[in-house]
Amino acid sequence: MNPLHYELSHLETLEAESIHIFREVAAEFERPVLLFSGGKDSIVLLRLAEKAFRPGRFPFLIMHVDTGHNFPEVLEFRDRLVEQIGERLIVASVQDTIDSGRVVEETGPRASRNRLQTTTLLDAIAEHGFDAAFGGARRDEERARAKERVFSFRDDFGQWEPKRQRPELWSLYNGRIRQGEHVRVFPLSNWTELDVWQYIAEEQLEVPPIYFAHDRQVFERDGMLYAISPHVELIDGEAPFEASVRYRTVGDMTCTGAVRSSAGTLADVVSEIAATRVTERGETRADDRVTEAAMEDRKREGYF
Amino acid sequence: MPGVASNGHAVPTRAGELLRIATAGSVDDGKSTLIGRLLYDSKQILSDQLEHVVATSERRGDGYLNLALLTDGLRAEREQGITIDVAYRYFQTSRRKFIIADTPGHEQYTRNMVTGASTADLSLVLVDARKGVGEQTRRHAFISSLLRIPHLVVCVNKMDLVGYDEAVFERIVDELTDFAARLDIADISFIPIAALHGDNVVERSAEMSWYGGAPLLYHLEHVVIAPDRNLADTRFPVQWVIRPMTDEHHDYRGYAGQVASGVLRPGNEVVVLPSGRRTTVAGIDTYSGEVDAAFPTMSVTLRLADELDVSRGDMIVEPDDPPVSARELDAMVCWMSERPLRQGSRYAIKHTTRSARAIVDQLEYRVDVNTLEHDHGHPGLSLNEIGRVRLRTSAPLMVDRYRRNRSTGSFILIDEASNDTVAAGMVVGAQ
Repeated sequence: MNPLHYELSHLETLEAESIHIFREVAAEFERPVLLFSGGKDSIVLLRLAEKAFRPGRFPFLIMHVDTGHNFPEVLEFRDRLVEQIGERLIVASVQDTIDSGRVVEETGPRASRNRLQTTTLLDAIAEHGFDAAFGGARRDEERARAKERVFSFRDDFGQWEPKRQRPELWSLYNGRIRQGEHVRVFPLSNWTELDVWQYIAEEQLEVPPIYFAHDRQVFERDGMLYAISPHVELIDGEAPFEASVRYRTVGDMTCTGAVRSSAGTLADVVSEIAATRVTERGETRADDRVTEAAMEDRKREGYF
Repeated sequence: MPGVASNGHAVPTRAGELLRIATAGSVDDGKSTLIGRLLYDSKQILSDQLEHVVATSERRGDGYLNLALLTDGLRAEREQGITIDVAYRYFQTSRRKFIIADTPGHEQYTRNMVTGASTADLSLVLVDARKGVGEQTRRHAFISSLLRIPHLVVCVNKMDLVGYDEAVFERIVDELTDFAARLDIADISFIPIAALHGDNVVERSAEMSWYGGAPLLYHLEHVVIAPDRNLADTRFPVQWVIRPMTDEHHDYRGYAGQVASGVLRPGNEVVVLPSGRRTTVAGIDTYSGEVDAAFPTMSVTLRLADELDVSRGDMIVEPDDPPVSARELDAMVCWMSERPLRQGSRYAIKHTTRSARAIVDQLEYRVDVNTLEHDHGHPGLSLNEIGRVRLRTSAPLMVDRYRRNRSTGSFILIDEASNDTVAAGMVVGAQ
């Protein structure tokens, strides 16, 4: 901020816009919820929520959709952070959804619970009567997301219809919905991966240790490095080895790849991202590689 | 807790502003190619994105690296080679960060162009050098002017297909300058480019030595936008009241919002509208501590010296130059719904943080966006049409003219049956 010239830096401008979005939702919806994954984007969301509502409490709950295949480091971090900021967390469990017979688990070495999360998420939204759900998605992540609104309207099946999105003008958001419908709200819509890391560095936010380089037992599949874990079966020819890696995104252990890295500090990570030649989803997310429109298809079904 | 700056100021970030760009062009103007070229030549395209373009170009048999594929995100768009909706692109250079709202040019998507234009600092319009100024170019220039985008850059594209001929460029400059003179555009620039080959996009073209201006990217990096903001009229729409009522903050009462215009400082005398009660700013809070000034577009929390009844939808303003507290508005509207606007219809209206209901008392005229002529006597406005209306609202709105203030001069209309956003509105006058 340059108070002499009344100018804001680009991060300050983005931050102010995100805070505005948080407050609009708090004011216009009955039961919002903040979807928290323990990843870098949702960590930034929590800080922005603090900036929007302190010294008051958050006017909403925090919810984690736990696939049961999360990195243990991330779950530990999640619980500690939520306690630190003194807010309330609920956990919606994909395992419970499987146990109740609502979904059938994929089998085989490439099985993933990624798609199953959608059912757990939509069930939880219905069960709690949430009418708005904050998510950490950014438009720079993926081509289908580039077309999504800040207020992303979902019908009573949780579906996204890209051709029927509401025009979003100035900073006037239309949050009107009918019973059973809800809105996904993306306060980080205009942030890039680099913005997120610069912000984390400036705010000195703590992130789970897996974002920094560490030695880990991994194996290589489809050109990506995956963690050895009880949730993944090796296929013939795949062999574990140790490598210095870090994660660019935090998802399930089954579908989130690691990158070789020696970035041990936030400053190292910022430099690495500024110099990278591959997008975060292209480099680390098997879930986007299924088809050319993998994200678009999952979003239509009600995915994050 | 980590990250709390003790001096009350945000930690300084990299110097650099954010420039929001709205682009428009017809399907064949090469707009997607231009954006792809900007991203590619400024080295913002990452290798997996490029691989995808290479593979898809080959599969489609394009015969060249089809950079338009970088920006067309949805399945139908890639299949039909069209752009359906507003897409947002991000790139940065060492000088600035850019957000591009990329909107399709065909007529049925005027509403998307208005959407992209509503937040833009700069409008980028493409003209095909072979075709010259057409209906769409005129419509884009008109919408840029209507939405008060301060800067207009006209890229005359496909110069390679007219032999890089200066006379072709000059003819288009003259024609569009004539048209723009009838509009209200503060700053207009023309750049001859060939997006497919990159001439004058990032690098200066070797083929057009007669062009003395800067390439497009240089222009985008250097256009001065800071004076475009309204720092004169203090307007603070209250979004949310912070009342923790905890032991620690028992008596805290803060009014949270984003500064729409003007500068607020502790000690300033202010008026709360619509009640008209006067008080002073006791303090300006942020999460990181108190600040000594709040200006656009900061999100802050104001504390007031007196205990007043202030709630969401109220506006805190300076006493000397308040907005008009109005229940009758004259406004230009862009109609965005398939169900036409009819005189006498009722809608929900959202203006800053205040919502009310509005009746369309009168449709004064419809604007022919090609000739700028006013057609009187039309019963309604159809999708993508623009017209001037008189509205009556169920509660007073604190408005300024849009040309003075893009925040307090804008509103949307919402159909109460479908909940769709049906119009973008810009205040021309108020009573």
